[in-house]
Amino acid sequence: MSAILPPSDRLWWKQPLDRVEGTWIVIAFIWCMIMFVMMVGWHIYGKQNLSTETYKTSGAMFTAKAQAVVDKYTVRKETDKQIPVVHPPAGSDVYLVAKLWDWWPIIELEKDKTYKLHLTSMDYNHGFSLQPVNINIQVVPGYEHVVKITPNQSGTFSIVCNEYCGIGHANMAGRIYVK
Amino acid sequence: MTTTYRTCPRSGLQFDTEAEKLMLANAVVAVVFLLIGGILAIGVVLTRWPAIHWLAADTFYMTLTAHGIDMLIFWIIFFEIAVLYFCSSTLLRCRLATPKVAWLAFALMLIGSITTNVAVFQGESSVMMTSYVPMMAAPSFYLGLILFAVGALVGCFVFLGTLVIAKKEKTYTGSVPLVTFGAIVACIIAVFTIASGAIILIPTFLMSVGIVKEVDPLVYRTIWWAFGHSSQQINVAAHISIWYAIAAIAFGAKPMSERVSRGAFLLYILFLQLASAHHLLADPGLSSAWKVVNTSYFMYFAVLASMIHGLTIPGAIEVAQREKGYTKGLFEWLRKAPWGNPVFSGMFISLIGFGFLGGISGVMMGTEQLNMIIHNTIYVPGHFHATVVVGTTLSFMALTYFLIPVLFKREMIAPGLAKLQPYLFGLSMYFFCLVMMGAGTLGVSRRHWDMLMGGNPLAYEFPGAAYLMMGLVGIAGIAAILGGAIYIYITVGSLLWGKKLDIGSLSDKTVPIPVSAPSAVVHGHGSAGFAAPGTFSLAMVFLVSFVLYYFINWKYLSQVWGLS
Ligand code: HEM
Ligand SMILES: [Cu+2]
Ligand SMILES: [Cu+2]
Repeated sequence: MSAILPPSDRLWWKQPLDRVEGTWIVIAFIWCMIMFVMMVGWHIYGKQNLSTETYKTSGAMFTAKAQAVVDKYTVRKETDKQIPVVHPPAGSDVYLVAKLWDWWPIIELEKDKTYKLHLTSMDYNHGFSLQPVNINIQVVPGYEHVVKITPNQSGTFSIVCNEYCGIGHANMAGRIYVK
Repeated sequence: MTTTYRTCPRSGLQFDTEAEKLMLANAVVAVVFLLIGGILAIGVVLTRWPAIHWLAADTFYMTLTAHGIDMLIFWIIFFEIAVLYFCSSTLLRCRLATPKVAWLAFALMLIGSITTNVAVFQGESSVMMTSYVPMMAAPSFYLGLILFAVGALVGCFVFLGTLVIAKKEKTYTGSVPLVTFGAIVACIIAVFTIASGAIILIPTFLMSVGIVKEVDPLVYRTIWWAFGHSSQQINVAAHISIWYAIAAIAFGAKPMSERVSRGAFLLYILFLQLASAHHLLADPGLSSAWKVVNTSYFMYFAVLASMIHGLTIPGAIEVAQREKGYTKGLFEWLRKAPWGNPVFSGMFISLIGFGFLGGISGVMMGTEQLNMIIHNTIYVPGHFHATVVVGTTLSFMALTYFLIPVLFKREMIAPGLAKLQPYLFGLSMYFFCLVMMGAGTLGVSRRHWDMLMGGNPLAYEFPGAAYLMMGLVGIAGIAAILGGAIYIYITVGSLLWGKKLDIGSLSDKTVPIPVSAPSAVVHGHGSAGFAAPGTFSLAMVFLVSFVLYYFINWKYLSQVWGLS
């Protein structure tokens, strides 16, 4: 009997297990169950769970809402492109637009306050990659993804685009300040 | 249809002449695509090496698109078709069903792969192999992939037809060999995969020519990954079958228990191919319940299956070696293994790397919450080069060294180089994967041309360690490419100018596989024994690494911003 020959024992399914195999299967199974419990448990006790709140949206609808926040809460403008920096009140809705090849606007948040960050793309898929925290979220056109975020450290954070979105992809950056 | 059968004097295997030609053709084209993909890898890796940053952005994205497709799809699937024909017609000693149709499949695959390559190199289809809508490639890009998929599907049916013939013509008795069983699993998953691919690529093709107005981007991602994920399960089933085959060829190893190994293969069909959610964990709109069920019940049963194979294959080798008298201590059986034989060393380096690097990182990434800290970073290619290069590609290489005298009927040229090749390729790939994962943990993106982000004032200033890691990716990558080049040199060189070997006897009738007497060994390691203690302790090392690494990542996650 060899793996490249038919089993010589025609009733191979009746063969006894070796103890090595039996023990390992039990251990591996228990480990898989532990990993399952971790995932579910983190939904209950963990503080980092990706929200699944999502709405269908269109570029025009989303831009209008983002513009309203920009009009109301812009505190200054930065860079040559005069990108508005919005400083919304704690707990409020913040809109971040991904488009070829910018993140718009710049956002200023306060440490340990929670915000509802709305994400969408105007064109292709983009990737929201917050650095150096290394939180990564897919941004899909046509879908508005509402993620509750609570910054736990202050500083200057960059948003790198980490989903390939065409020739300018590598230059696509945005910013979040946390005060 | 009449054919002849050749009995190989070196291996005792019997080849249907028609099947033999088809295996050769598919394997040769596969190697050509590996060559193309490897040349493209030079461009990819030298551009991602920050100090060199070789190609311009548009050329880089085009090169990366072609590298992904030529390697992951064309190299691997052409080779797999050859493996399917081997596992049916050769291992069951019967004629291949409808060789003419198999040639048609080959032609479709060849035309399709060339069409897609032409589309990519024309420059208007730099969309990466995932081609997420609404980014569009040229229509011929999708058309080529569809033709290729149809060809591969036809190849799968030729394989299934061959099984029917073997059964009908009674060329074997009892159940099919374990390796053939694994190939059947790969084939069933392939049929499912190709169906998902058709469901999503056909509308996208129609969109590219203007007949369909829109394909929803999220629906696209969901169905694309039903295809993209399960296609990787074909590879897993295929290379695990090859590991079993090589254990049998190199050691005469018998599966520890047919029941366990076959049961584990069945888990792949039942679960693995459904577990595509781990590619979508960072996506909007998909419910957590679906993500959790999909990545635990579906995924973990598949993980369980892989952990079982990971034990039973070295376990079978250990049992065989111990029977030969290598019984000292825990590891004499392993120390005395034929490390100078590239068929074995390739297989074993592949198995260890696939488990430790690919397996552990894959489960970490596939955990719903942990996915957020690596999604789309270069950690991801770090993981899958451990699965698809160390796992699949290196096992195909190891199998090739066995096939050169047996199927090509040539003496292998440069045996000294061949001895070295699995170590150079495999170990530099280990290192390559590790440093890519390191860079991903530091936030470096995949599919990204410029870590300096073109001087954008909002750019993230990556830490020096990230640049260092990417430099090491470059060095390790070049070493691996050299290892790949040696493989191609040996394979093509042996085929072209290796010494011709005796082809063996031809006959126009097949000799059925003799019924072997139930071997005593079956009873030799019954439930009372602990037949493979060395393997078991290796498995424990694996488990400890797995557990530690898994919880380190939870610890890391617990420190990032709150998300809910
Ligand atoms: C031999 C040496 C190889 C080297 C040095 C190499 C290098 C790389 C690098 C650096 C990337 C990531 C680029 C990025 O995301 O920016 C990449 C991507 C990739 N490689 Fe390789 N690779 C090699 C072999 C292979 C093989 C043998 C396969 C498949 C069997 C493969 C399949 C892929 C795939 C599927 C991608 C992803 C493409 C995408 O993002 O669309 N590679 N390779
Ligand atoms: Cu982008
Ligand atoms: Cu991008």
